[in-house]
Amino acid sequence: MAKRPLKVLIGKPGLDGHDRGAKIVSRALMDAGMEVIYSGLHCSLDNLVNMAVDEDVDIVGLSFLNGAHISQTKKIINMLCERGAADIAVAVGGNIPLADFEELEKIGVIEVLANTPLSEVVAFFVSVAEKREVSEASNK
Amino acid sequence: MSLNDPKLAAQFAEWEKANVDGKVEPATTASGIPVKPLYTPLDLNGDYSGKLGMPGEYPYTRGVYPLMYQSKLWTMRQYSGYATAKESNERYKLLFEQGVTGLSVAFDLPTQMGYDSDDSEIEEEVGRVGVAIDTLADMELLFEGIPLDKISTSFTINAITPIILAMYVAVGEKQGVSPEKLTGTTQNDILKEYFARGAFIFPPVPALKMIGDTYEYCSTKVPKFVPVSVCGYHIRETGSNAVQEIAYAFLNAMVYIDNALERGLDIDKFAPRISFNLSSNMDFFEEVAKFRAARRVWARILKERYGAKDPRSWKFLFFAGTAGSTLTAQQPDNNIIRGTLETLALVLGGCQSLTVNTKDEGHTIPTAEAMLTALRTQQIIAYESGITNTVDPLAGSYYVESLTDVLEEKIVAQMDEIEVRGGMVKSIEDGYIQRSILKEAMKIARDIDSGRRIVIGVNRFQVEEEQPVHLHTWESDKVRDQQERLAKVKNSRNQADVNRTLDVLRQAALAGENIMEPILEAVKAYATVGEMTKVLKEVYGTFREPRDVF
Repeated sequence: MAKRPLKVLIGKPGLDGHDRGAKIVSRALMDAGMEVIYSGLHCSLDNLVNMAVDEDVDIVGLSFLNGAHISQTKKIINMLCERGAADIAVAVGGNIPLADFEELEKIGVIEVLANTPLSEVVAFFVSVAEKREVSEASNK
Repeated sequence: MSLNDPKLAAQFAEWEKANVDGKVEPATTASGIPVKPLYTPLDLNGDYSGKLGMPGEYPYTRGVYPLMYQSKLWTMRQYSGYATAKESNERYKLLFEQGVTGLSVAFDLPTQMGYDSDDSEIEEEVGRVGVAIDTLADMELLFEGIPLDKISTSFTINAITPIILAMYVAVGEKQGVSPEKLTGTTQNDILKEYFARGAFIFPPVPALKMIGDTYEYCSTKVPKFVPVSVCGYHIRETGSNAVQEIAYAFLNAMVYIDNALERGLDIDKFAPRISFNLSSNMDFFEEVAKFRAARRVWARILKERYGAKDPRSWKFLFFAGTAGSTLTAQQPDNNIIRGTLETLALVLGGCQSLTVNTKDEGHTIPTAEAMLTALRTQQIIAYESGITNTVDPLAGSYYVESLTDVLEEKIVAQMDEIEVRGGMVKSIEDGYIQRSILKEAMKIARDIDSGRRIVIGVNRFQVEEEQPVHLHTWESDKVRDQQERLAKVKNSRNQADVNRTLDVLRQAALAGENIMEPILEAVKAYATVGEMTKVLKEVYGTFREPRDVF
């Protein structure tokens, strides 16, 4: 059976309209053969979580340039847990001060991809896909 | 057509054969325009009067004013605003003491998107990336001690421009400054929000109608104010090349012009009050040539296509910012040097007004110290470098003139392409513009990734990065301050007046009338940004972006 591609939701939570990074990452992941859903701009946290759960994605990549990355990510992770979707991983990118990396990891973000070369961003998602295959194989 | 000089042509051919052929990789500009290893008089067009002319004269390639900076320096602004009106007012006063000659207001996202600071949905974004403005009371505080007849203010506001413009008029009146004395500009370029900056609320048709309302209002009531600043800046920041930056901005501007003409406005009444907002990027000569080519293309559009008669209508006036997307989070001090080069390109390119990004913006919005260094960049170029002593000093450079010609051709060709496929609004609605820009943005990202495009500190000469010591921090206390002030205003205003003026606004919007006067009345009754936007959303609806943008 053919491998199922990694299913990714790239989200732009909040009011910010700077989507260059989110779109570049979406495009690069599509080019790498992943199934990418892009939330579009001005996505409320509710809508974003609904999208992640309804589409049953493997991972959510959040792009922030609004400065509210810690509080909004915390809310999204909590909402995913409440919806029984704690298995959906969350990664964060955008304009993120170094000093906030630790806090983001503490609240459950698996990777902060800020100031990261595009090929490394793609490599990270590929590694998530590989880990998922291993765990799915062992669950069979 | 190049200069006919067989002797020089032979000399050049010989030199090229000996030194170039097979020896150097041909270079390109940042926008992919081929660059020759050497330019000579053979590359000059020879038509000085037709292509360049005198500064202050058609087609304005050499500048819009006869003496340029010898008669008046560019207006020095620094884009700024954070937390509440109180903190931002203090920042503006500091900048004034230190020599800015105009203000540039940055609003927070809730204000730009028409939300009040007490809206639980968005309160984490209050005062983050700009100043929070909820009611006229905030605007009064923002300009406290800043006389509006002495300064010009640039407002980066788009979807809710009529509200901010009305607040500025109302603050002026409170200060005893009549609307006809107010100077400044609102960005008010909604089309680029749909494909480049993302701060849209209403669909294009009513949004364009609102822009028309501001034009009409300003032409009679606020005649010195520039109601639209058409932005190439954000188009470039989204990843476009220099050609797309100018071509798409001009096409947007032409939509606004056509819109105003349809309302029966006279081209020479409003064209002199269209200004532009461009980006200055790192490819130095391409940027200088871009500004010069833009002046020539715009003058021809206004004169030849629109038949404008007043020379003021032909002049391409522009504000510009150094490019945020060229800043790096890595080694932040390097951004001072980038800002200097980009500012230099602007001054050699003949800008009217500029803002320099700060070294720390790869991380967050600026500290006061970083902002002063950015202002000093402008001042050192203005007062120490000697660059302002003569007009358009790069004119006559074989390379710069050749590149100016090439950019002009490419801009015109790009505009033709979009017009042939149905025009700008259609090309935004079907996602074509978005896809075209993303293609360029992908190329830049891949080139940085592969090292083909060098960015110091990012893919070359890296060091172990540490968090910069001084960074701006956001304080949640300020959100509470803002929410308390809003509650106080809501408690002390006359609610019947608010209800009545909002209802008048709704009726005017439903009837398709000009909404500026009704908004001014609602503003004066201390209706909130959120309340007014809600009324307009109910009448005009909201916009969802097209999905087909990849």
